[in-house]
Amino acid sequence: MRLITHNMLQCHAKNCNSNNFPLQLSQVEIVNQETEFNPMFLRNMLPKLEWNALVKTALQINVTLPTVLPESTTDDLDEEFLKTLHGILLETHILQGAMTCPNCNRVYPIKDGIPNMLLNETEA
Amino acid sequence: MRLKDLEGTLQKVSGFEEPKIKLEQYCTTPHLAARMIYTAHSVYDDIESKVVADFGCGCGILRTVLRQIFSTQALDIDNDALQIAKENCSEFEVDAEFVLTDIISSSMNHLRSKVDTIIMNPPFGTKNNKGIDMIFLKNAIEIATTSVYSLHKSSTREHIIKKSKEWGVECEVLAEMKVSII
Repeated sequence: MRLITHNMLQCHAKNCNSNNFPLQLSQVEIVNQETEFNPMFLRNMLPKLEWNALVKTALQINVTLPTVLPESTTDDLDEEFLKTLHGILLETHILQGAMTCPNCNRVYPIKDGIPNMLLNETEA
Repeated sequence: MRLKDLEGTLQKVSGFEEPKIKLEQYCTTPHLAARMIYTAHSVYDDIESKVVADFGCGCGILRTVLRQIFSTQALDIDNDALQIAKENCSEFEVDAEFVLTDIISSSMNHLRSKVDTIIMNPPFGTKNNKGIDMIFLKNAIEIATTSVYSLHKSSTREHIIKKSKEWGVECEVLAEMKVSII
């Protein structure tokens, strides 16, 4: 699971509707895997990101990002910044670990790089 | 990239060894998968540099079609299916993100306005799960910001056209293809 995916996941247990994002990472096993740099994709992705959540999550794995998203989100966006973003969003893979809901404490496991978001019958 | 080459390569995608009937697991044929994604890419430009999600990805054949899709989330309720999809993707050297989740019972709100294009071959609702195809479709339409490409039985076409009017979305029949479901 890359952080781009983590940025789109939230707790969806029954009655857990607020403060359910971002899921807090713990006991993670991380691997960095090089992947092709695609600035066009990143520019397309940027407005869709939950920036504050990404900053918070990055800190949990010891990566510091600017707390405020740089203003210019168009073509003149700094290439250096895009490369940092590329590294954190697309090249950082979480192989194992757990994600905990900040609201209800429901834990979603990550196994072999796949987050398990399935709920049991009583939770759904 | 040529469509014919694409279809040829896809013959190597592994299907299900023990398909779960209840989940209507069968692998989309290479013919269908190649044409579906190729059309979305070359005619509508809905693939390259877009955020794409595959709802009910099964063995992941739709994902393996286009190498240049940058990030795709392939979602399925069955972990065994995701393992096959993962192997297929690594065999074809494509990157994908897999999420184990239930498309119909869980709230998909978190994906809303994050995903541009959704591709899917949903279950048709023939195994005591009538209407599941429409739930997949409705969820996909609510989430995708641009387009949803979905495969359906011809017999449900009129119903889907009617529903899409209700939902306020444009619906276009892109192709009619024959497929045997084993």
